[in-house]
Amino acid sequence: MSEDLTFSYVVDGDNFTCAGEASSAVKKQLRWLGFSPDIIRRVSIAMYEGEINMVIHAGGGQATLTVQPDKIVMVLTDHGPGIENVELAMKEGYSTAPERIRNLGFGAGMGLPNMKRYTDEMRIETKVGEGTTITMVVYIPKSV
Amino acid sequence: MKIQEVAAALQAEVLSCHDKLICEVHAACGSDMMSDVLAFVKDQAVLLTGLINSQVIRTAEMMDIHCIVFVRNKVPTDDMIALAADREIVLMTTKKHMFESCGILYQSGLNQRNETAT
Repeated sequence: MSEDLTFSYVVDGDNFTCAGEASSAVKKQLRWLGFSPDIIRRVSIAMYEGEINMVIHAGGGQATLTVQPDKIVMVLTDHGPGIENVELAMKEGYSTAPERIRNLGFGAGMGLPNMKRYTDEMRIETKVGEGTTITMVVYIPKSV
Repeated sequence: MKIQEVAAALQAEVLSCHDKLICEVHAACGSDMMSDVLAFVKDQAVLLTGLINSQVIRTAEMMDIHCIVFVRNKVPTDDMIALAADREIVLMTTKKHMFESCGILYQSGLNQRNETAT
């Protein structure tokens, strides 16, 4: 693969049922491109957690996935409320999700930690009242 | 352990992908919190849950989980069954509770421990 491939998705913030469609599409694309199951799973889970976060906290947003020769870069951008305390948000078990979201199986305070767990690099840029951009990178082993 | 053996052990009714019942599973994860499920990776695992919404299917899809057991007599919606069928995920429902279901599967040999992802 010599050129970068970029895929963009709009994440609908009004429909919890549809959350995950972008991640599902990403998974299919990566499978079609021939990546290993481990790489596909790591990217899909990180993307899925990010997508769910955008629906729960930010009313949706935009996700871009770029496949480069040596890495896969995911950029998730929203114009939600921003994250007040990033350090706290990164702690496993800490969540600001409302009760109705917990009843749906999310809001356990594992979203951001899971995104970090499954990626090689993660950067959070956030401003309260303006939104959040999360960039995640998964490196592709040379043999893949 | 084959998926059909999981169904038999739990006296469960299979709701999708009957052609996948001969597939092998080696581990299980029981939870109603999908983010907890997403924190653990194990190949060829079964997910046991009492949660009913489409994100259960999505979570299984992302985790490469090929079998979901709904405990406490919970029955997934038609939309969930259709989504699972499209993603080739076996769904089944059992009257048994979560604790009992996990115990039965553990005693039946499905006792590989989950491992925290690296």
